[in-house]
Amino acid sequence: MPDLLQLTHIRKTFPGVVALDDVSFSISAGEIHTLLGENGAGKSTLMNVLTGFYAPDCGSLQFEGQAVHFSSPRDSLALGIGMVHQHFMLVAAHSVFENILIALQGIPLLFPRQQLRTRIQQTIEEFSLDLELDTPVWKLSIGAQQWIELIKLLMRDCRLLILDEPTAVLTPQETDKLFSVLQRLKQQGKSIIFISHKMREVMEISDRVTILKKGCSITTLEQGDFDQHKLATLMIGSDRIPEWQKSLPFSDEIVLEIENLAVRNDRGLADLDNFSLQLKKGEILGIAGIAGNGQKALAEALTGLVRVDSGRVLAAGVDITRSCARNSYIAGIAHIPEDRKAIGIVPDLTLDENLILKNFRTKRFRHGIFQNRSAIRKNAAEKIDQFAIKAGPQGSPVRLLSGGNIQKVIIARELSEQPAVLVALYPTRGLDIGSAEYVHKVIADGASRGMSTIMISEDLDELYKICDRIAVIFRGRLIGYVDPTNASREQIGLMMSGEVPA
Amino acid sequence: MVEILLDATVRAGTPILFATLGAIINERAGIINLGIEGLMLIGALSGFAATLASGSLLLGVFAAFAAAFAAGCIHAFICVQLRGNQIVSGLALTMFGIGVTALFGRGVVGQTIDGFERHAVPLLSQLPLVGKAFFQQDWLIYFSFLLVFKIWFFFYRTRWGLELRTIGENPAAADACGIQVNRYRFLAVACGSGFVGIGGAYLSLASTPMWIENMSAGRGWIAVALVIFASWSSFRALFGAYLFGGITAMQLRFQAMGTSVSAHILQMLPYVFTIIVLVISTLRLQKGASQQPGNLGQP
Amino acid sequence: MNLQFRVEKREQGGPLFRILAIIASILIALFVAGFLLLAAGVDPAAAYLEILREALGSSYGISETLVKTTPLIITGLAVSVAFRMQIWNIGAEGQLYMGACAATWVALFSGVQGSLTLPAMFVAAFIAGGLWASVAGLLRARWQVNEVIVTLLMNYIAILLTDYLIFGPWKNPDGFNFPITAQFSQAARFSEYFDSRLHSGFFLALFCALAIYLLMERTIWGFQVKAIGSNPAAARYAGMKTGLAIFLVLTLSGAIAGIAGFSEVAGLQHRLQHGLAPGYGYTAIIIAWLARRSALGVVIVSFLLGVLLVGGDSLQLSWQLPVAFAYAFQGLILFFLLASDFFINFRLRRITEETDG
Repeated sequence: MPDLLQLTHIRKTFPGVVALDDVSFSISAGEIHTLLGENGAGKSTLMNVLTGFYAPDCGSLQFEGQAVHFSSPRDSLALGIGMVHQHFMLVAAHSVFENILIALQGIPLLFPRQQLRTRIQQTIEEFSLDLELDTPVWKLSIGAQQWIELIKLLMRDCRLLILDEPTAVLTPQETDKLFSVLQRLKQQGKSIIFISHKMREVMEISDRVTILKKGCSITTLEQGDFDQHKLATLMIGSDRIPEWQKSLPFSDEIVLEIENLAVRNDRGLADLDNFSLQLKKGEILGIAGIAGNGQKALAEALTGLVRVDSGRVLAAGVDITRSCARNSYIAGIAHIPEDRKAIGIVPDLTLDENLILKNFRTKRFRHGIFQNRSAIRKNAAEKIDQFAIKAGPQGSPVRLLSGGNIQKVIIARELSEQPAVLVALYPTRGLDIGSAEYVHKVIADGASRGMSTIMISEDLDELYKICDRIAVIFRGRLIGYVDPTNASREQIGLMMSGEVPA
Repeated sequence: MVEILLDATVRAGTPILFATLGAIINERAGIINLGIEGLMLIGALSGFAATLASGSLLLGVFAAFAAAFAAGCIHAFICVQLRGNQIVSGLALTMFGIGVTALFGRGVVGQTIDGFERHAVPLLSQLPLVGKAFFQQDWLIYFSFLLVFKIWFFFYRTRWGLELRTIGENPAAADACGIQVNRYRFLAVACGSGFVGIGGAYLSLASTPMWIENMSAGRGWIAVALVIFASWSSFRALFGAYLFGGITAMQLRFQAMGTSVSAHILQMLPYVFTIIVLVISTLRLQKGASQQPGNLGQP
Repeated sequence: MNLQFRVEKREQGGPLFRILAIIASILIALFVAGFLLLAAGVDPAAAYLEILREALGSSYGISETLVKTTPLIITGLAVSVAFRMQIWNIGAEGQLYMGACAATWVALFSGVQGSLTLPAMFVAAFIAGGLWASVAGLLRARWQVNEVIVTLLMNYIAILLTDYLIFGPWKNPDGFNFPITAQFSQAARFSEYFDSRLHSGFFLALFCALAIYLLMERTIWGFQVKAIGSNPAAARYAGMKTGLAIFLVLTLSGAIAGIAGFSEVAGLQHRLQHGLAPGYGYTAIIIAWLARRSALGVVIVSFLLGVLLVGGDSLQLSWQLPVAFAYAFQGLILFFLLASDFFINFRLRRITEETDG
């Protein structure tokens, strides 16, 4: 089969970092080609080179045998290369129709409304998708929003579709639907680059797989040449996915109890609905679920960041439902937030100051109304040492630290008052393997000291690895508990899509 | 009596209406423009000076648009190309406008021109109550009616309008769709500023056909607040501007009737009302689905 | 990984760069303003020379400059305090007027006499300015009402209220019907120094600068303000009460601006009259923006702008230039400063874009 697009010897550096080094990659017409790699392996950078967001430092791109040079995403779109980003490029306030409309090329200034609506409706029906043209996008589920992105590309007659981890936000059933659409597109002769790190999906859909590791393309395998085990080995680079030694058995004492909790968001929709949970002392309880099913609301309700509409939260028997963030912290609930940079740190303050962000009022760190600078400095020195934080020059703002180090700062701060409960929301997302391991270790160490953890993650591997129990959440409700030692992934997958186990 | 009050309402509301419409165009593209006050003054002075020199009111209006357009380009350049702080840049524009018009206005202080005259629309002007107020007015007021409709049509029925709204909501998405974000934003800020300039020209060409230093007297700020009241819709802007025209008209009426209340206290009314309206509309925004452009004010 | 890169770039454009940029902005603004002056029929070179001569050329000039600098420092501090929290207090002008009104009330109508007068005036001005700004603070903290518009519109109301008082109930019965109040007694006046108009208000301003520095940099309250200003979401997550802090900061900001009103009536005017503050509250915004975070910076920038204002006043006399021309000049400085910011951060911005993409 002739290559539709070929990238040869691509190198892309950012000052101080080689993001891509001598990467070659090609895709044929009518092929589903999977790009596999860990976070930070260079998948996104490669796709950004391919779509013209970045210009490579060296190397060449050939489209249908012709050397091409993209200086912006517009150029690649003109050739029919379209991408569904992980972060959707949708306008939340616009309707579905308007969102698709802006993506279309060559629409006259005064556009024929009816005719265009019919055309879009046809495409929606062709793939039997469930979309209403006049709904504003913010009312749609993430899965439905992804369909809009796909339709945008189809309406533009894209020949090469790039999907960046499309299944991360889908239930297994939605994923199946996506795969059937992709198969159809393939039959129509379209080429698809599929980015994922879920082995099962990669096995199911790929014609070829290219594995990226640390910015280099390791190898490309044809269908039949790979199995899950081989792919994992190539991707991670060692035969065994490291297993964590489970901590000591935990006691039956209940430290945190959630009763029929309900939280509504700004739009009046229920983020949490009659949600109940029990956490035992020293336990690591995983919360599994597709993103956007109430995980964030759960973490925020526990830590006093959102208003609870009904239900109760009891910490060691004391009702803390109505407490604010500060009181929750005092009550011994620590929180590692989802969005580190957005809410975990104050970027312009120094490392020292960020470490006392929550307990700056304690006697230790002040003389009356004045701050006790030497105590703050001493505290920082201790934490830097204890948590192996790579701190920059003293007094520089904390925003200059790397993501992994920022996470360590947050963890150091959260654990500094010996909390009884830690609520960790996607604590390893976006971290390299070393940093993620470190986070796991800290949580497990905490558990051995009697700290209980609610670990919210999308990564089943992670949950299997460190959790004592896994609770599954779907649309703000608790579907059930599973024991990671004897539950299958399929079982959890079904529960994540809302099926209550028999 | 009601007829006279309504008429005064429309005439007092029109400069604010133009300014609000201009500000809406700015903010729809995601750029806050706090230079409205300065732009109105620039429009007022250039409109007046051009009419004085040429004898043509039409030229005056064009000059007001052009001068405010040019001044808007400064704001656009700083906010769009240089990604500077929009609040500071807008304040600078207001200061600049106040200062420059004071400097160059010295030459024309005290001179007068023949301002816009009323032209009755046949039949419609005979309507009871509203006839005189809405259909026995000058051309600029008729133009403002047209502009209200045109802006709605532009935003909701043309591709450019859709693209501009997209930029205001989510510039990254607009860019991904191949829309030239910066060019659109720049033009929106500059054109919006031009319409603000016409609002200023209404003051010096129709309301009181002369130039007085600092003659906008805070109307630009009222317009900025009205944008929120209007939830970025041109029809609601019309309503809001006339509401304020009405308060101004009543306040003038009270003064003319010689009430015992001090003129200074009466003059506070529009500002106090603006704050009240701002609070109410902010509250309403938070309750319902927000119409505010999602990316407003982000560089 | 891109983050580290961003750092290197930003640190190259350190404080030295910033100072150079400020000086360059003022010079370019002077240059462009020269064309405006030329167009208005004034020789810019002569005008600028006169500004320097008038403001700095004699001990009298310097004392006049310090007199102008006084309200600028205080209002500049007021705006910059709010600024630390990303709150825009555009209403220092109105708060200054309210402070002046309150101080005048104490001086003329309260019956307080003797050595208590000045402290009472100070407290009254502090409270009045604070109350005036607290309206905006409350609206912003409670309902997220845009504080820029509210504080600004309240300037108009404050000035009209002052006009009402001096045209009406507070008008000096022996004042030949001029809209002014009666003169203050000696007990309600600051002492003057060096046989000039320089008054204790200047030292009060310096004291305020020191107090603000300590408050912002050394206290736990200042720590909260800085945290909220840099990242309100993180501050809320850390358990800080952002709404309360917003309210307090705006109120404090207004209270400081109120002190400026007290200083003007007690030190300079010795009565309440129209045009008490020819736009100090707006100039204060420039001062706060130029000085960014530093209280010392506020003092220095205020002095620079004081020179311009004193010089500008003299231009008004010798060339009949409108007072408001100083605004045009200030607007130009801001424009060029915004532009220079870009050139400091240019490379940096490109990277930020790429990370976003």
